[in-house]
Amino acid sequence: MLVQARFFAAYRELTGASICEVELPEGSTVADLLNALRDRGPSFQALPPAPAVAVNLEYAPIETGLHDGDEVAFIPPVAGG
Amino acid sequence: MPYAAVTFDPLDPAGLMARVGAPEDGAALVFLGTVRNHADGRPVSGMQYEGYEEMALEVLRRIAGEASERFSTPHLAVAHRLGALEIGEISVVVAVSSPHRAEAYGASRYVMEEIKRRLPVWKKEFYNDGAARWVRGTTPPVAGSPSAGPDGSHQGASDDS
Repeated sequence: MLVQARFFAAYRELTGASICEVELPEGSTVADLLNALRDRGPSFQALPPAPAVAVNLEYAPIETGLHDGDEVAFIPPVAGG
Repeated sequence: MPYAAVTFDPLDPAGLMARVGAPEDGAALVFLGTVRNHADGRPVSGMQYEGYEEMALEVLRRIAGEASERFSTPHLAVAHRLGALEIGEISVVVAVSSPHRAEAYGASRYVMEEIKRRLPVWKKEFYNDGAARWVRGTTPPVAGSPSAGPDGSHQGASDDS
């Protein structure tokens, strides 16, 4: 399955990516996605071990199972207002 | 129905005030968050706001809906700005009206606290000396988890804190 990973603010700067597509085996979780990203190189290894994530615009735990077409955003600590 | 917007355009407090108010309401309140010129004693020259736009709009709508329900008033409008802001510019507006003032104050406060807690928006502070950094924020709660506190002391140069 193919999922879309998105990075914002400090995470975008750390990884040098704002969006990337990742092919994952069926049954993969957000944690698996994070591992797959880390295999891509040191810029992704700079992400924290368990960043906050949103799956399809909803905050979700890192154990969340993914499906084809899901959008997974890595969310740095928020600072609106 | 509560109104929520996330926009790169300058915010219009009067326009948001016009969305609230009703014959049955005896209290109307508008809160403005503005970019201040200092953070931790350091002079600030401006602020860059970034948002996960699609999600921020969803979350802001939900926050407005929750405030409206908890404080029993449908007359609530909130808008959050994104992009490059100068000192004194408005980053957030919360307008609310209710029959009595306690509910208006409560709803306004609730919206701001929840924005701080979970709106997927970030801000980079620019200093007079040319340096810049992301304002340290709050780790948002995952669905169903209890309220998370600020994970840092640095509050940044904007809003009400």
